[in-house]
Amino acid sequence: MIALDEDRIMLRDSAREFLTDKSPASELRRLRDTKDKDGFSRDLWRGMKDMGWTGILIDEANGGSDFGHVGMALVCEEMGRTLAASPFLSTAVMAATAIRRGGSEEQKKKWLPAISEAKAIIALAVDEGRKHAPEKTALKAEISGNAFKLNGEKSFVVDGHVADAIIVAARTEGEPGDKNGISLFLVDAKAPGISIERVIGVDSRNNARIKFENVNAVDALGVTGKGFGLLENALNAGRAGVAAELLGVAGESFDRTVVFLKERKQFGKPIGAFQALQHRAAHLFGELELLRSLVLSACVTLDKSPDAAGSIVSAAKYKACEVAKLAVSEAVQMFGGMGMTDEIDIGLFMKRARAAQELLGDAYFHADRYAQSQKF
Amino acid sequence: MPLDTFRQETREWLAQNCPPEMRKPSRGEPDICWGGRNWQFHSNDQKIWLERMASKGWTVPMWPKEYGGGGLSREEEKILREEMRAINARSPLESFGIWMLGPALLHFGSEAQKKEYLPPIARGEIRWCQGYSEPGAGSDLASLQTKAEDKGDHFLVNGQKIWTSYADKADWIFCLVRTDPAAPKHKGISFVLFDMTTKGVTTKPILLISGKSPFCETFFENVKVPKANLVGTLNDGWTIAKYLLTHERASIGSGLSLAGMRSLPAEAIKSFGRDASGRLDNPFVREEVIRAEIDGRALLATIERYRAEAKAGQGVGAKSAILKYAGTELNKRRYEAFMTIGGSDALEWESARSDEGTLAREWLRTKANSIEGGTSEIMLGIVAKRILDLPEA
Ligand SMILES: Cc1cc2nc3c(=O)[nH]c(=O)nc-3n(C[C@H](O)[C@H](O)[C@H](O)COP(=O)(O)OP(=O)(O)OC[C@H]3O[C@@H](n4cnc5c(N)ncnc54)[C@H](O)[C@@H]3O)c2cc1C
Ligand SMILES: Cc1cc2nc3c(=O)[nH]c(=O)nc-3n(C[C@H](O)[C@H](O)[C@H](O)COP(=O)(O)OP(=O)(O)OC[C@H]3O[C@@H](n4cnc5c(N)ncnc54)[C@H](O)[C@@H]3O)c2cc1C
Repeated sequence: MIALDEDRIMLRDSAREFLTDKSPASELRRLRDTKDKDGFSRDLWRGMKDMGWTGILIDEANGGSDFGHVGMALVCEEMGRTLAASPFLSTAVMAATAIRRGGSEEQKKKWLPAISEAKAIIALAVDEGRKHAPEKTALKAEISGNAFKLNGEKSFVVDGHVADAIIVAARTEGEPGDKNGISLFLVDAKAPGISIERVIGVDSRNNARIKFENVNAVDALGVTGKGFGLLENALNAGRAGVAAELLGVAGESFDRTVVFLKERKQFGKPIGAFQALQHRAAHLFGELELLRSLVLSACVTLDKSPDAAGSIVSAAKYKACEVAKLAVSEAVQMFGGMGMTDEIDIGLFMKRARAAQELLGDAYFHADRYAQSQKF
Repeated sequence: MPLDTFRQETREWLAQNCPPEMRKPSRGEPDICWGGRNWQFHSNDQKIWLERMASKGWTVPMWPKEYGGGGLSREEEKILREEMRAINARSPLESFGIWMLGPALLHFGSEAQKKEYLPPIARGEIRWCQGYSEPGAGSDLASLQTKAEDKGDHFLVNGQKIWTSYADKADWIFCLVRTDPAAPKHKGISFVLFDMTTKGVTTKPILLISGKSPFCETFFENVKVPKANLVGTLNDGWTIAKYLLTHERASIGSGLSLAGMRSLPAEAIKSFGRDASGRLDNPFVREEVIRAEIDGRALLATIERYRAEAKAGQGVGAKSAILKYAGTELNKRRYEAFMTIGGSDALEWESARSDEGTLAREWLRTKANSIEGGTSEIMLGIVAKRILDLPEA
C-alpha cells in the first residue's frame, strides 16, 4: 500500500481545480435543462485532452500520458465530486485498455493516438439484459466469408449515442453463460445494420440501446473465442474507475452534508450538535476511509498485475456501491426538506450514485464475484 | 543493510531459532506469553523463544537498541513481521508495557525512566497493568477521583480503580491520579508508576461473562509512591493519558486484523458444504461472510494506508479512533457469524471433546472490544469533534 506522492497529489489538485472551474455540478444542470444533443461538452472533452487525461492509460509512444490506474482513480474521484459528464470512462479507460492490451500493432496505431487526441469516442457494448452479466453475452457473431455477421442487441452502452466506434462483446461459440466463446469486435458506429437509441438516465447521463442486424465485423480485438479475459481487463479498469467516481460522489455529498450540519439551526443550535446526527456522520466518515483504501489498493494492483486484480477490484466496487448508497441517503435525510428539492445538488449526487452503482456490476454482483475469487 | 540482505538474514535466523512448538497455530489467550516476575512458561520452547527474540531486541523491534529494542526501521520491522508470518511464528511476548506504556515513556519519560523501565519490558521481566478506569470514571475518564497527595519525597495514593486487566498478575501499574483537586478536571491529573507489591495495594478479580477473570477491582490505601515515579510534568498527566490511549486504540484496531485468525469461509464450508456450482450451500450465510471478508480487507488496507501516510508525513492523528471503531465492530460481527456457522458445536462450554469452549469464550470476549480503550460511541464522538469539527453536543 502506498501514500500519494507529490506527483499524484499535484494531479489530484489540478484535477479538482480544472473540474470545479470547467465542469461544476451546474454544468450538468445546463446539459440537462438545455437537452444538450450530446449530453456532454465537447469543449470539456478537449480540455481533458489538454490535461493529459484522455491518454491517462495510454503509453507515451501512442500519445498518452500513462499516469496509470492510481492516477485514473484520482481523476475519476474528482469527476464524481463535480458530477462531470464526459466519455472518459468509456473511451479513455475501457476502450483504451481493451485496445492497448488486446489490439494488434495496427489497431493500436490507428486508435490509441486518436483516443489520446480526443479524436475518437469509443463505447464498450457488453450488457444485454437489465443486469451486468458479461459471460451471459448472447449477441451472435457468425462467420460469413472472411468477416463475421453480428446479430443481437446491447443495452446500457455508456456513450453509445455519441460513439465513433463500438467495441462489441459477441458470442462466436458456446452458450450464454460460457466464458469461452466470447469475442470482441471493433465496429464503426455508422456501419450498416447498427441502430442506436439514445437513453437519458435518471442521472442526466447518457447511454444507448443498440441493435445489430447483419452488421459486418472484420476487426477482431485479440483472439476470437478467447476474448473474455481481455473483456475483463477492460471492465476491471472501468469498475475501478466507477468505484473511484463513487468515492467522489459519496465524499462530496458527505462534505456538503457536514457543512449543512454546522449551518442549519433548529431548537436554537446547529443540528450538527445533535449526537443522533454526529454519530451517523462519523460512522459514514469511517466508511469513506475504508472505501478509499480499497479503491487505492485496487488501482495499485491494476498497475502492478492487472490480470490478478479481479478480486480486489470487486471488493472496491462492492464497497463503493454500499458506501455511496449510504452517503447519499444520509445526505438527503440530514438536509431535511431541502434535500428533496431540485434547487440544491444533493439530489443530483443521489441520482448519479444510483446509476453508478448499477454500472459494470452492482454490490451483489461484485460480492458474488469476490466470493468466487476466494473459491467460496 | 540492504533490505534484501536483511530479509535473507532474518529468514535464516528465524529458521534456526524459532522452536517448532512456537510455529503451531496459536489458540489465542492460552498460548500467549505475557511475561513478568511470576510468569510460568507454558513450555520450555516458549521460554527459549522469548529469550532469543529478546536478545535480538525483536520483542520490540522498533524501539531503540539502548532500551532493549531492535532499532529496526519501519521497512525492516515489516519484513520481520512478514517472515514471522511465513513460518507461522507466534509472537514471543505480548504486554501492556509494549503496546501502551513503552510508547508513552519513549515520548514523555526522562532518560533515567527510559533506562530503568523499558529494557525489562522488552525482556518480558516486568508485567504492567493500566490503572485508568474508576467506578465513577469510565468514558468520562477525566473525572477520575483516585488522589495522590504531595508528602515531600513521595505521593500518598488513595482510591479505587476498576476493570484493571490482569491487575492480580501484574508487577507494576501505570496509573492516573488526581494531584490537584481544585483545578479543572483535565488539568489536575498526573501519570505515575508504582510496584503492585507496594504496601496498601490490593486487587479483587471480577468474573467475566466468558467465565474467565482477567480484570480486577484495584484498591489503594495510603500507598507511598516515590516522586521519581512521576512521568512528565505534574498535573499534565492527561496529555500522556491521551497519547497512550491513541496507541492503545490503534493497537486494538489493528490487533484484530485478520492475520492468523480463524477463517470464516473455511468454517462456513465445514458447516454447509458447497452447491453444484462450487458456492457455499447457503446463500444467506455466504453473503454475510463475504461482506465481513471484504470489510476485513478494507480494514487491513486502511491500516496499511495510514502507516504509509504517517511515514510520508501525512498526518493521521484522530484516525486511530476510526480504526478502533471499525476494527472492533467488525470483530464482533465476525464472531457472531462464527457462532452461527459453528452451530451446536460453537455452544459447547464443557464436554469430553470441547476445547474449554474456546470459540464461545472468544465470542464473548469480543463484546468487550467496543468497550475497552474507549467505547464505540466515544470513538464516534472523537471523529465528530476532532475530524469533522461538529459543534459540541
Ligand atoms: C415532500 C415534502 C412535502 C411536505 N409537505 C408539507 C406540507 O404540506 N406542509 C408543511 O407544513 N410542511 C411540509 N413539509 C415539510 C416537512 O414537515 C419538514 O421538511 C420536516 O418537518 C423537516 O423539517 P426541515 O425540512 O426544516 O428539516 P430540519 O428540521 O432542518 O432537519 C434537518 C435534519 O436534522 C434532523 N434534526 C432536526 N432536529 C433534530 C434533533 N433535535 N435531533 C436529531 N436530529 C434532528 C432532522 O431529522 C433532519 O434529518 C414537506 C416536506 C417534504 C419533503
Ligand atoms: C475487557 C475489558 C478490559 C478493560 N481493561 C482495562 C484496563 O486494563 N484498565 C483500565 O483502566 N480500564 C480497563 N477497561 C475499562 C474500559 O476502559 C471502560 O470500560 C470504558 O472506558 C467504558 O467505561 P464504563 O465501563 O464505565 O462505561 P460507561 O462510560 O458508563 O458507558 C456506558 C455506555 O454509555 C455510553 N456512553 C458514555 N458516555 C457517552 C457519551 N458521551 N455519548 C454517548 N454514549 C456514551 C458508552 O459508550 C457505553 O455504551 C476494560 C474494559 C473491558 C471491558
